[in-house]
Amino acid sequence: MEFDDVKLETKSYNMYYGDFQALRDVDVQIPRNAITAIIGPSGCGKSTFLRTFNRMNDMISGTRVEGEVTIDGNDVFGMDPVELRYCVGMVFQRPNPFPKSIFDNVAYGPRSHGTRDRAELAEIVERSLREAVLWDEVKDDLNKSGLALSGGQQQRLCIARALAVEPDVILMDEPASALDPIATLKIEELIQQLKKDYTIIIVTHNMQQAARASDYTAFFMMAEDRAGYLVEHGPTDQIFTNPQQETTERYITGRFG
Amino acid sequence: MSEQTVRSGGMTREDVTFSRLVRLAMSADEAAPEQVNLARRHLVQRAAFGLLWLSGIAAVAVLLAVVGYVVVQGAKVLNWEFLSSPPAGGLAASDVGGMSTTIVSTIYLVFWVIVIAGPLGVLAAIYLVEYAEEMEGGTGLIPALVSVVRFAVEILAGVPSIIFGLFGYALFVSAVALGWSFGLRSAAVTGACLVLPVIIRASEEAIRAVPRSYREASLALGATKWQTAWKVVLPAAAPGIITGIVLSVGRVVSETAVFFVTFGGTVRAPDSLFDLSSPGRSMALHVYYLAMETRAFDKAMGTGAVLILTIILINLVINVVSRRLTSKLKGR
Repeated sequence: MEFDDVKLETKSYNMYYGDFQALRDVDVQIPRNAITAIIGPSGCGKSTFLRTFNRMNDMISGTRVEGEVTIDGNDVFGMDPVELRYCVGMVFQRPNPFPKSIFDNVAYGPRSHGTRDRAELAEIVERSLREAVLWDEVKDDLNKSGLALSGGQQQRLCIARALAVEPDVILMDEPASALDPIATLKIEELIQQLKKDYTIIIVTHNMQQAARASDYTAFFMMAEDRAGYLVEHGPTDQIFTNPQQETTERYITGRFG
Repeated sequence: MSEQTVRSGGMTREDVTFSRLVRLAMSADEAAPEQVNLARRHLVQRAAFGLLWLSGIAAVAVLLAVVGYVVVQGAKVLNWEFLSSPPAGGLAASDVGGMSTTIVSTIYLVFWVIVIAGPLGVLAAIYLVEYAEEMEGGTGLIPALVSVVRFAVEILAGVPSIIFGLFGYALFVSAVALGWSFGLRSAAVTGACLVLPVIIRASEEAIRAVPRSYREASLALGATKWQTAWKVVLPAAAPGIITGIVLSVGRVVSETAVFFVTFGGTVRAPDSLFDLSSPGRSMALHVYYLAMETRAFDKAMGTGAVLILTIILINLVINVVSRRLTSKLKGR
């Protein structure tokens, strides 16, 4: 599927862990200020694909990439990964606040980038916590450890922490899979609010979540050799009501091998 | 204790007896095999727990006997005067003198050993875990070097302390190499070599136990690897690192061989923390000198008692500090 306003794009993207090919010939365009869900069975390379955009796969030794991945037309692999991560934030599957105070958690990114001014940091922390709809719950105990919060609050803290760096893109790797249904709904509402300012990619196992919370959906599958490939990419409504590929239909209706 | 354990397993002693009665009531060919089996298993369990209990008691008893004997014997000479007056040398030690200067010397020694080995050990551990680990298994000079370093740390941790002492004597004390002579400086540097592997290994374990998710979160926020190691990994590993450092304080306090051949052994303490070239005598060394070179065996016991109490105190400190830190990190 092609878009007018493309934020991220991959062209003939191949990714290998040593000899094992994890992704094959992926061509995807991710539109700006929209929510793109990535669905597919376990092991089809969804997370690997997501981690391409902030180069978190670099942490694993023996990885190799082919093809082109761009952000605003700039080659991602040509950038300094530290700089790339200023504009591409990430929220992980399990809430992973640092064992630090709520304030220090949110201020961590800006501080790392060199912001020292106390007042400026306080402003960033408040703005980010408000954006993540956590401010009202924690404003009185910003010095409390981030780990003292509930699971859902911890995940919103992690979102606030990512927002504090003022990224353009937020990658979410199954952000609600460790949360209860109520906390999950809160996160989904939050994601809807965030899309006006951010480009969001969300990997999810939960098909209702993809259907509820995303504008576009990309469906990945794995080939015989377990390499992941893109089956279908389109508006979420279309993927869930009128999929073009039989594989997609079988997957979303749960009639899968 | 064994009875309680059996009970917590869901069976009371009455139950066991009952099943035995049941078994007896049945004739041999009628007895259900699983019931015979059950009774035997309970019997074996009780025997095993009894044995474990005895071993536990024996171990604690031996410890208590040693500590108790030294403390009780030592208590006879322990008083303020003993703690606050300097020892007398030679045979006179049996009549006069205390241990004050050995306490001071021990504190100076511990301070310098930790100042040298602490930062060095922690930084080495950060390097080994955060930077070197991903290079291991690779080819080239640095991966080869890393494997050598790791191997060396493991070997060093098992080297007898007198070997460190000989090394320190040859390199720092004797005029052949650095020629620092016996003193605080030679002893502290040699002591640092002794505890360095302890600190490195404890810090390595602590750093390795920090969840990968913290590192990922930090890197994903655009922090560099060094910022991640320094601001996230190190604080999270702090309880384990501090435990390692305090353990090596204990090691320095109780070490004799190394300081026997590097510290000099005079009953005078160095004038100050920075009087690096003066010789001295640590508490543990003092025990040795008193026992072997004077007739003041009671005073050796007294010093030994102080030494043991110090070690106990150090261990209490480890527990309190690392528990405090851990619960602070966890936000409880």
